[in-house]
Amino acid sequence: MCACGTFILTAPGGSAARLGGRVDRVRSVGSASVWAEKFLVMSGHTVPADISGHMLDLDEDEDLEVFSKNTSLTDEGPVPNSPSSMVNQYRLEDDEEQQDANAKDLFISVEDPESHITAIETYIMYRVATKTTRSDFDSSEFEVRRRYQDFLWLRSKLEESHPTLIVHPLPEKFVMKGMVERFNDDFIETRRKALQRFLSRISEHPVLSHSQHFKVFLTAQDLAPHKKQGSGFLSRMGETMRAVANSVRGVKNRPEEFDVLQEYVENFSNKISSVDKVTQRIIKEQREYLDELRQYSSTYSQWAESEENLSEPLKGVASCAERCCNETEEQIQHLSEVLVPALHEYVLCTETLKAVMRRRDNIQAEFEVKSDTLASRKSDLDALQDEVDELAERMEKSNSALQLDWSRWRNTMRADLKAAFVSSAEKNVEYYEKCLAVWESFLVSQRGESISQRD
Amino acid sequence: MIMADSGSSEEAAVIGNTDITSTESENNIINTMVERGTSLLKKMEISVAEAEKRTGKNTVNMQETYTVYLIEIRQAESATEGGTPAAPDTLWRRYSEFELLRTYLLVTYPYIIIPPLPEKRAEFVWHKLSADNLDPDFVERRRVGLENFLLRVASHPVLSNDNIFFHFLTEEKGWREAVLDTGFQDKVDSRLKSLSAMLRVKSPDRRFTALKQYSDELNAVVSQLLRVRARVADRLYGVYKVHGNYGRVFSEWSAIEKEMGDGLQSAGHHMDTYAASIDDILEEEEHYADQLKEYLFYTDAVRSVCRKHELMQYELEMASQDLAYKKQQKEELVTGTVRIFSLKGMTSKLFGSESQEQRESRLSALEQSIEEGIEAVMEKNTECRDFVRAAWEDIERFKEQKDKDLREALISYAIMQISMCKKGIQVWSNAKECFNKM
Repeated sequence: MCACGTFILTAPGGSAARLGGRVDRVRSVGSASVWAEKFLVMSGHTVPADISGHMLDLDEDEDLEVFSKNTSLTDEGPVPNSPSSMVNQYRLEDDEEQQDANAKDLFISVEDPESHITAIETYIMYRVATKTTRSDFDSSEFEVRRRYQDFLWLRSKLEESHPTLIVHPLPEKFVMKGMVERFNDDFIETRRKALQRFLSRISEHPVLSHSQHFKVFLTAQDLAPHKKQGSGFLSRMGETMRAVANSVRGVKNRPEEFDVLQEYVENFSNKISSVDKVTQRIIKEQREYLDELRQYSSTYSQWAESEENLSEPLKGVASCAERCCNETEEQIQHLSEVLVPALHEYVLCTETLKAVMRRRDNIQAEFEVKSDTLASRKSDLDALQDEVDELAERMEKSNSALQLDWSRWRNTMRADLKAAFVSSAEKNVEYYEKCLAVWESFLVSQRGESISQRD
Repeated sequence: MIMADSGSSEEAAVIGNTDITSTESENNIINTMVERGTSLLKKMEISVAEAEKRTGKNTVNMQETYTVYLIEIRQAESATEGGTPAAPDTLWRRYSEFELLRTYLLVTYPYIIIPPLPEKRAEFVWHKLSADNLDPDFVERRRVGLENFLLRVASHPVLSNDNIFFHFLTEEKGWREAVLDTGFQDKVDSRLKSLSAMLRVKSPDRRFTALKQYSDELNAVVSQLLRVRARVADRLYGVYKVHGNYGRVFSEWSAIEKEMGDGLQSAGHHMDTYAASIDDILEEEEHYADQLKEYLFYTDAVRSVCRKHELMQYELEMASQDLAYKKQQKEELVTGTVRIFSLKGMTSKLFGSESQEQRESRLSALEQSIEEGIEAVMEKNTECRDFVRAAWEDIERFKEQKDKDLREALISYAIMQISMCKKGIQVWSNAKECFNKM
């Protein structure tokens, strides 16, 4: 949870020196900064020539090339001094598992759920608090109130604007089976944490964190007027319809790397879902075990009451059993709070990934359709050619965007799940260590006592 | 603790070592018995070495399958000269013969708490454990239980001297006839079987009442404990085994990953290890359950002694009552007053008294009866006193044994838990390292 940390921006002069360091882990991030810049440039402006090659190039020297290539490619100025690229450079030094305060320039927390009751509905409002040093924000601190619907709006806007980027999922809309009340405390807390994670991920994304919609979401006191703004809505609607129509045709020549990706997504989807199910099952079994274990303690206590010499050791065993029960309870809680949410988010991710793949396919399909049309038409060649060129370019951009984001997503996934599994394993070790200590102290007390009895 | 004093066992009794296994713990108990015990175990080592399946015709001439157990008797080392140890004497016995032996002991030594036999049918099982009498695990645990029974009897200060017991260990043929020849079955009092409160004792011995109550409480609480243990075992089994699914899924998942693959795969192996480890853990715990069960069955033996005492007390009271009644009758006859209603008395009053001769003969008959009654009461009194003395001696011995054994059992349970925790720490530390490599 990244709530309130002080952000210290180190002087830019130090950045170049640090760049030469660790490369392997941050390939995608480094290159993403290049690409982020390009994206900002490209939206609505002419495209600099010959950039696609750089974006797909993922070799070791790339980070050094970042600096030199940047100066020639952008119109905006020599060295990318925007916070986003500096942030990314500083990420080079970061321990992958540690969210170093120095690297983030945007801290968001989701807190304080409050119930709102109207005639029509009941809903929860969350306080979304932002602290930032970004220059493109009017202030350094913001506080707004948002409801789940608002998060949904943000996410759909992000997906619309960046159809082939992988946008982190939101917690589910509806109550999961097995839960009785929509507004019980556990559910609200779980949702709050997931919402915070969502915003945190967006803020870390090199492209998405600069989205206008994101900024509006974080800063506007009233979101309603922004929500109504859907100038491109109808045209986007038409676009979607066309895309659907095209996708019925299917994609003719999907590049091999995307076939590989597709296959991975399907397999990953199965596996992560299985892991999630196994984990849920473990928790269920642990809970049932705990219920039975509690009875141990009371039974030994009861026995102790009938005995004289045996009373003390029996009480000792009862106490040990009780303490082990407490440890078991803690262990279950840890599992529910750390591993389950992590796995669950990636289960939801698979849906996102599938959607992204579909959208990418649609973009390619649209291009192919127009391309074919061009090939068969005799007249209006110029106009058609322009359209085809535009679609080709769009397709290239989307593909590259996806490739980069895919790489980034893989790393994030690996880091997230690794952390969750390591934490769970650690907790299990701790659990057994504590129980061991409990029983060993009992043993010591018994051995000590019987020696003194003998004497 | 007694263990450190015991000398002759082959398995060293260990103290202060948390790695003591439950086998060692059991040996500690056996060593205790040897020390306490008596001539028999000092001369010979008794074990129930094997179990075998046999088929044969039973009493109603039908084919049946049953298990026989091999009893081995070795002369104790001190008895043999140096050189090659003598081959053991062996014979086979089936469970029903053990039962017969025990019944004989129950009847012959009513004031002794007779050690129990292992259960006839598997009870308090958790679901993975078989309740089938022919299941090899059940047979094995029963073998151990039968050996325990023999050792308990052989180390008992009174029971170990019994001839029939000695023959049980040494003469395979003809033993059955010998037991029946003792005529012990005639002594079996059917009243003992009924649990009804028909025998109301006027002045019960408070010590026995307290003992019976304790025995009932112990029975209830240990039954409860065994039930809970079975359920806990079931659940724990479930938890461990579900982790095995991690092993399978991680393995499959690792196939589609590059950097994460190795870490996942090896973590999966540790999950398999974890899942498999529960089998041994619960098997060891079964041993602890058996120790509890022995004392559960012991409560029946304790209750039985209390009942026998009750019966004896009842008979004494009946005999005293009877004597008092007769004395009353005599007094009336002598003084001519009728305090106790009797038909004869009434009729003589109504229809004329009897002759002097008749009266005298009745009086002498009564006096005879009173004599007999006084003797009977004295006899019963002595019987009762002897019973109480012998019983309490055994009860004190039993209490000490019980406290020691159960304390040992609790310690061995703690040791098992420690072992389980250590295994858990090992597995999860390994898994954590693998996850770190993801």
